[in-house]
Amino acid sequence: MLEIKNLHATVGGKGILNGLDLTIGAGEVHAIMGPNGSGKSTLSYVLSGREGYEVTEGEVAYQGRNLLEMEPEERAGAGVFLAFQYPVEIPGVPNTTFLREAVNAVRKYKGAPTLDPMAFLKVLRAKIKELQVPDDLLKRAVNVGFSGGEKKRNEILQMALLDPSLAILDETDSGLDIDALKTVADGVNAMRAPDRSVLVITHYQRLLDYIVPDRVHVLAHGRIVRSGGKELALELEKTGYAGFTGEAA
Amino acid sequence: MAANVETLEQVQAVTEKYKYGFVTDIETETAPKGLSEDIVRFISHKKNEPEWLLAWRLKAYRHWLTMPEPQWAHVDFPPLDYQDSYYYSAPKSKTDGPKSLEEVDPELLKTYEKLGIPLKEQEMLAGVAVDAVFDSVSVATTFKGKLEEQGIIFCPISEAVQNHPELVRQYLGSVVPAADNKHACLNSAVFTDGSFVYIPKGVRCPMELSTYFRINAANTGQFERTLIIADAGSYVSYLEGCTAPMRDEHQLHAAVVELVALDDAEIKYSTVQNWYPGDENGVGGIYNFVTKRGACRGHNSKISWTQVETGSAITWKYPSCILQGDNSVGEFYSVAITNNMQQADTGTKMIHLGKNTRSRIVSKGISAGRSQQTYRGLVKISPKAQGARNHTQCDSLLIGDLCGAHTVPYIECRNRGAVVEHEATTSKISEDQLFYCRQRGISQEDAVALVVNGFCREVLQQLPMEFAVEAQKLVGISLEGSVG
Repeated sequence: MLEIKNLHATVGGKGILNGLDLTIGAGEVHAIMGPNGSGKSTLSYVLSGREGYEVTEGEVAYQGRNLLEMEPEERAGAGVFLAFQYPVEIPGVPNTTFLREAVNAVRKYKGAPTLDPMAFLKVLRAKIKELQVPDDLLKRAVNVGFSGGEKKRNEILQMALLDPSLAILDETDSGLDIDALKTVADGVNAMRAPDRSVLVITHYQRLLDYIVPDRVHVLAHGRIVRSGGKELALELEKTGYAGFTGEAA
Repeated sequence: MAANVETLEQVQAVTEKYKYGFVTDIETETAPKGLSEDIVRFISHKKNEPEWLLAWRLKAYRHWLTMPEPQWAHVDFPPLDYQDSYYYSAPKSKTDGPKSLEEVDPELLKTYEKLGIPLKEQEMLAGVAVDAVFDSVSVATTFKGKLEEQGIIFCPISEAVQNHPELVRQYLGSVVPAADNKHACLNSAVFTDGSFVYIPKGVRCPMELSTYFRINAANTGQFERTLIIADAGSYVSYLEGCTAPMRDEHQLHAAVVELVALDDAEIKYSTVQNWYPGDENGVGGIYNFVTKRGACRGHNSKISWTQVETGSAITWKYPSCILQGDNSVGEFYSVAITNNMQQADTGTKMIHLGKNTRSRIVSKGISAGRSQQTYRGLVKISPKAQGARNHTQCDSLLIGDLCGAHTVPYIECRNRGAVVEHEATTSKISEDQLFYCRQRGISQEDAVALVVNGFCREVLQQLPMEFAVEAQKLVGISLEGSVG
């Protein structure tokens, strides 16, 4: 699904990723953990194609295609989804409108017919019921005045609607209380499928109690310094990152 | 909400840069180039006008000669050469003019079809009566019969001069005096046509009245004159929309719109303006110097202006309300978009004269490219306007770093009991918003259209449904190529 080789990236001329290697197979859930400033969010932005995140070396193959050559919207069309750490507010644009626009844009890339407003509303109603998203979230402007939990739920709703092949969750647990965390995790777990891969980026082990990963990687100084099974997360919880950051320095 | 929910399909559906850039080949009967008393007499004669109107025109013309050009607006253009323009052109037709659509020049009808307003289908489709102004002569009016049943008069103003001279004489120039400003004064001298509306006492106009203006013959200045009178207890919603063919020469458009609302009457006036703005380098485009003003003469009357201004090389326009009657209400909702080299200086004046008069101003300005845009507004509370209230909301959105947005609000309050509020914001379209949209598969241009439509939503919601759709499309088209 995703093969990252020797990835180097800079932000504002500063090297953040320094030779990162990572391979995620179809249907796998991987977790990347690491301290602040280790390059976790940079990795998610590089994969989604944000401007200002410059790849200086290395390659990223996604479903056999060179991901780095694609525009952000093409990547989305090809099934790359990023659940944002800080979802963005778009005043005046009703959430429903935004969601339909996104779904139809991605459907166009996939060669599927676009949905008219009525057909879309049907799909949307089914999804919000499944994910227990409150109705009024659809009428309000995109993320405007949403609580932290509502914003994250809205991200998961978008993920469910866009049906991605590779979902990247960037610190989706931050700012969530335990109930919201469970709902979000349930949403992600429900989407686990043999043809879908998930990359969970997180500070804490807590989220991984609910979304159990196949592999756990420790990111420090822009490189994967250790990989292991789900038990690695538990070990980290006990020992902290200190040992790893020292090792990499 | 419905109108906005539909935005995106509409925005996506339109991809052309300037869809309406074509010139129709119609023989025009044209007065010689230049401006003089003779030309004013020629126009008046062509229109078979009564003596008082000719005298009114001549007085305006003589005054115009003495007036200086307004210099205070934040717009920049070479001095106008008034002698290098034509002031009268009319599509050739039978001496009496067309009596029905069948008599209208087929070329003309084709033009309207290209614009997406097939007159023949209007009646069935939209329930909208169209008084179509092509160049200077109104050539077709539909729905007249239905309106006449209720005593509503909706016709070209030249026709009203013939058939309802007492109404025209009573109200013409009563809101915008001939000598008001240089452009309005020129209009008073040489106006060729426009719409006239009279809604009788207690009548609620059963349909949106709509006029599509269109400039066609090369070098013909357009001097539309519109007069709308809502008698006591009546209501009317009027729509004005414009498109224009592509060309190189600058064209002056100096229209005058006068609205009069008597006791308990309400007038809603909506404009979508998308005249040719010139090319990326500022060559060509329309000079849109318009004087629009409404008088709330009666108690409890209301006038509401809504405008979506995306076209023209230069816009100079301040739709205003004179709140004379006690408890009268004035509203101004505006979206102005400038791109490339466009310049716009627009806003409103709310003149509070009566007791407990209220006004609301919502202005949304979007500047892109190297354009310059100014909101200029005046809120004036007279000593007698006890209990007057105004709220002004003025937001500017900048796209790119070469454009300019300026806000010039004047407030003159001479009554201690009045409440005047002004809020203003200036922001840039954010990279975060665009990236968020693109990560969801939405292209850069669609993302800009989406974010800007959101920014304007409060104003677009004020438009009647059929106009809201067109306006939302325009927002997308006008900003094409402004990012990335």
